[in-house]
Amino acid sequence: MNLFCVGLSHHTANVETRERFSGHAETDCILRGAGCTEALLLTTCNRVEVYGAAAARVPTEEIIRCLARQIDQQLCQDASAFYRYEDAECVQHLFRVTCGLDSMVVGETEIFGQAKKAYESARASGAAGPYLHRLFQRAFRAAKQVRTHTDITRGSVSVGSVAVDLAEKIFGHLSGRKVLVLGAGETSERTARALVSRGVSDLRVSNRSMDRAAELARLVAGRAICFDEWPEQCREIDILITSTSSEAPLLTPENLAPMLRDRIDRPVFIIDIAVPRDVDPSVNEMEGVYLYDIDSLQSVAQQSLALRRQQIAAAEAIIAEHVVDFWESGTARRRADSTHSAMSESPLRVTEL
Amino acid sequence: MDLREARRALQLIYLVDRHLLIVSTICFLAAVVRTIAALRAGVFRPGRFNFLAVGLGFIFQTAFLSIRGHAVGRCPITNLFEVFIFLAWSIALIYMLIGPAYRLSLMGAFTAPLVFLIQTFALLAPIDVRHAVKLPANPWLEFHASMSLVAYGAFALACVAGVMYLVQERQLKTHQLRSIFYHLPPLTNLFAAITRLLWWGFALYTLGLASGFFIGEPLPWVQAVCAFGVWLLYAAILQGRHFRQLAPRRVAALCIVGFSAALTLLWGITFAAQMHSLP
Repeated sequence: MNLFCVGLSHHTANVETRERFSGHAETDCILRGAGCTEALLLTTCNRVEVYGAAAARVPTEEIIRCLARQIDQQLCQDASAFYRYEDAECVQHLFRVTCGLDSMVVGETEIFGQAKKAYESARASGAAGPYLHRLFQRAFRAAKQVRTHTDITRGSVSVGSVAVDLAEKIFGHLSGRKVLVLGAGETSERTARALVSRGVSDLRVSNRSMDRAAELARLVAGRAICFDEWPEQCREIDILITSTSSEAPLLTPENLAPMLRDRIDRPVFIIDIAVPRDVDPSVNEMEGVYLYDIDSLQSVAQQSLALRRQQIAAAEAIIAEHVVDFWESGTARRRADSTHSAMSESPLRVTEL
Repeated sequence: MDLREARRALQLIYLVDRHLLIVSTICFLAAVVRTIAALRAGVFRPGRFNFLAVGLGFIFQTAFLSIRGHAVGRCPITNLFEVFIFLAWSIALIYMLIGPAYRLSLMGAFTAPLVFLIQTFALLAPIDVRHAVKLPANPWLEFHASMSLVAYGAFALACVAGVMYLVQERQLKTHQLRSIFYHLPPLTNLFAAITRLLWWGFALYTLGLASGFFIGEPLPWVQAVCAFGVWLLYAAILQGRHFRQLAPRRVAALCIVGFSAALTLLWGITFAAQMHSLP
């Protein structure tokens, strides 16, 4: 049985090319018509891949034709963007994909769910049989092991989620924490939404334009506060997200110190995403104050990414073990099957035994 | 049994129990080595290994204390060596009681080096002064000493949590996050654990100190002053914490300073007691 993978991804094709091949529901059935015993189509925004098992080699061109939304001259140019992996290489490629090693953001876990969904859909339509079942089940096992035994998925790589992760490292659970959003920009909105999704229920929004504050407050289930009241609010809140267009810093050690006087054992986390900055950097030197501006958030995201990259070797080692084990057990199984079928086809040999 | 036979029997017991202690120390060393290797590789993971290593080390410590206790016919805190081992045992005990409860599994990685250092020092230093005959037991004295040492165990764990707090706080302040950052508990959880450990340690220490008044024999003044000094030190830290005079970072730092001072004073107390018991 020939196990193969034909596809294109963000490594080999731009988004226009990928769009021309993004699969449709019946593709796996069409693929079976092309000579595949089993077929599975994995389509995400970054890749279009066909995993197949066939008794004889199915040409790559045949697969590309099945995937193409329309047959035209462009197809010949696009064919160069396709790659093909066979047998053990195909197994290794799938395992790398499900572990997030082949993703644009190394270690992202969304691909695991997408592969699972693709497998469920192929199994439901009858396109995936025992070969792909074994292959994908092992891929999911390998991905889970990589996730548990390495730090490949640790840390956030976007500004909003970095801010939320840091808040959780300071406060633990975020439910019951009070948040003030100062300035209703797009990034503050995204960060506020991320905080709400992790349990924050007391969210206050303050903006020079009260209408905009009210609108954002409605979107994030918070309450609007008059802009003049924000210094008073700072005495109560745990997290401050600021992104105003003020030319001079709004918060300095001098005006923050009186606000923090009665809260020595309650830390305050300040996320300053304004450019120019709303908070004087020396505020970070104050006891119990953790200040992150846009650059430091991006630096943390980069550090997370670097940390994930450090884990690639460990993840590859786990994958290599799974590939060898999967391939050897598959070979042994195929040998046993062929012996069994040869014996059952030849009554003479059975009697000889 | 004449004096020579008793001495020979005790020598044999001392040889066996020291072996148990060496095995226990190796268990703690295993946790230390694994932690260092993981930190160097940048793949720090708490896992069960540290808990199991500390657990196994604790079992061997218990076996040592039990054999030694039978040999000396009382709670095995008759010399500086036994005091240090009892302290190491208390630290391991409190870690296993509070570690899982407060989800501080990583604490094992920080506790193991401390226990390892105390036990290695106890094994290498010539402080295991042997008693040829069984010492007369005084229940109040034993209660006082053992309770004070268990309190020291709680102070040691507060010191460990303090180190964890400072490591985490520094990473958050400097914006330099390493692999260990993702496995350390949040600052507020660590601070809550420090506060609880301080209160537990202080309550047990007060109980131990109070029971000292019922021993029935006069204590050397150096011992009494040292013991009261430790009590005052922790009372001051807790007062600063309770009345919000000290910031969490300072409380964490004081837990480390406090325990280092307490350990030095413990040496003084035990040394003075040994001098006092000598004819």
